[in-house]
Amino acid sequence: MRREGSPFQGLWTVTVKEMSDHLSSARMLVLELLVVLTALAALYGAIDTMRQNTAEDPFLLLRLFTVGRDPLPSFAAILGFLIPLMAIGLGFDAINGEHNRRTLSRILAQPIYRDALLTGKFLAGLATLTISLTALWLLVIGFGLIFLGVPPGGEEVARSFAFLVMAIFYAGVWLALAMLLSIVFRSAATAALTALGVWLFLAVLWPMLAPAIAQVIAPPDPRYAALGLETPDTAMWALALQRISPNHLFGEAMLAVLSPTTRALGAVFIDQLRGAVLGAPLPLGESLIIAWPQTVALIAGTIVLFVAGYVVFQRQEVRA
Amino acid sequence: MNDLIVSDPVIAARDLTKRYGSATVVDAINFTIHKGEVFGLLGPNGAGKTTTILMMLGLTDISGGTVRVLGHDPAREPLNVKRRVGYLPDSVGFYDTMTAAENLAYTAKLMGLTAAERTRRIAAALARVRLLDVAHKRVATFSRGMRQRLGLAEILVKQAEIAILDEPTSGLDPQATVEFLQMINDLKAEGVTVLLSSHLLDQVQRICSRVALFQSGRIVLMGGVVELSRAVLGAGFVVEVEADGSGLDRRLAAIPGVTQVETIAADRFRLTASHDVRPDAARAVVAANGALRRLSVDEPSLDAIYQKFFQTRPSEPQGVRDAA
Repeated sequence: MRREGSPFQGLWTVTVKEMSDHLSSARMLVLELLVVLTALAALYGAIDTMRQNTAEDPFLLLRLFTVGRDPLPSFAAILGFLIPLMAIGLGFDAINGEHNRRTLSRILAQPIYRDALLTGKFLAGLATLTISLTALWLLVIGFGLIFLGVPPGGEEVARSFAFLVMAIFYAGVWLALAMLLSIVFRSAATAALTALGVWLFLAVLWPMLAPAIAQVIAPPDPRYAALGLETPDTAMWALALQRISPNHLFGEAMLAVLSPTTRALGAVFIDQLRGAVLGAPLPLGESLIIAWPQTVALIAGTIVLFVAGYVVFQRQEVRA
Repeated sequence: MNDLIVSDPVIAARDLTKRYGSATVVDAINFTIHKGEVFGLLGPNGAGKTTTILMMLGLTDISGGTVRVLGHDPAREPLNVKRRVGYLPDSVGFYDTMTAAENLAYTAKLMGLTAAERTRRIAAALARVRLLDVAHKRVATFSRGMRQRLGLAEILVKQAEIAILDEPTSGLDPQATVEFLQMINDLKAEGVTVLLSSHLLDQVQRICSRVALFQSGRIVLMGGVVELSRAVLGAGFVVEVEADGSGLDRRLAAIPGVTQVETIAADRFRLTASHDVRPDAARAVVAANGALRRLSVDEPSLDAIYQKFFQTRPSEPQGVRDAA
């Protein structure tokens, strides 16, 4: 059965309203402050460390993203941890909030489809995250210029921009998950707790569990163990399992674009090193190719989660 | 009433059915609502009233049968329906951090109104529901009555041809209820068709031209109050006569439509009748050479009809189908 009209009628109106809500909300302000202050602390540590080798490093700007100083991790690692928090903060009450405010049936009684409401909310969340991350990215470059006194090269800017785009895709996965949970659970608190639980599981527990599960699936070979090496099968399984986590995918993609010397993600075989000048940076294009599967996986994860939410929302009763 | 019947139907349901799995919550209902009519949906909680409304708006799938709203099928053309139908849900919600005007502006944008048209219609609607002076206050500060009026303002902004109001006065104080009912009457006077779902029978009786009584997903009674009273109570009018005159009791009993004459005192009679028989009673007193001192009538109430209906057939959904 074909419905009349466009499914996206009213999309722009919903997106603008939701963005306005996000950008002016106290919740977003607190999250941004948390991210900015933590990131600034990491940057300060990185700049302090890097002052000693300014002249030698051709990718000084990228080091701002990747260098950490105890006890703080690098700026990129902090983002990998905090982006999910921001995305969950924006999405956990997207739909159940409308139910609980009893606005859903009133809004859907206007001449729009549910498609426009859900897509508009997702786009608004993603646009808000994009604005925040872009502002943070510009802040990093600005700080680099001020404190290091070295103008960034074109490739450095391009690599850091690629990192920004990947960070947005990464945020998209968590936003789509939070929105899915906001559709599934009528209580916003339940949706938020579930999303945070998934985040903690994938960010903290899964990196520990995945190798253990890999050892059950592909038990380590004692001959490799005797040589102090990892069994290739076990290592491959561990990596494959870890790649279920968007945090791991983002970490790998980040490594590929922000560390130009990265030649492969995961196990490196001898034939991959044949003819290679160790420590020599790869061209940007090759780094992007290395990061491409992870990037596609992040985009696919976003789409799968959004579609799951869409299907559930379309079948849901709007009585409220 | 006759004008309504000859006019085109604006809502027509035929064997309209809604099922959730094996549970049938709306069971093959049939009704027709005409332009300018105020039609009441009555029935206990879970009887299927709100589900019927949601099907009319295209907000839930139809499992069987058809419904046409202003000539459109809500399942296939929900946007055409929603452009012309206003809906005030039970306990309407607004965005508390936005002002009344901003809330209306948001839905007006979703309606596709231009900026100039939005401004004009919102100001007019807020003035009409007497919220213009709080137009720029956050809705969080509004009472329930003000929120309900704001919901009605949204219907006015849309210039809806049909207003569907789901329990619009529940939880309102008596003064707010009277004001709200007056606003519904104003809509009726402008030719807007009103579909009112409510538990409050006296209010429904006050403003509805016809009602449908839902039970277990079925319409078990439908029609005007007088028609329903005939169908359920047999006779719903009680006329009290205080007069003297020779053989007055016999003359009163002979009036067509009178089913019972009760003598309360030597000069006081209580008549039970199928319609208002006061003129006939007055003539009977004159014919008996009597003096009429008092003549009053109690019209049949929906409450009495409702109570009687459910007393006599508490679990029998196959009642009188469309008494109209």
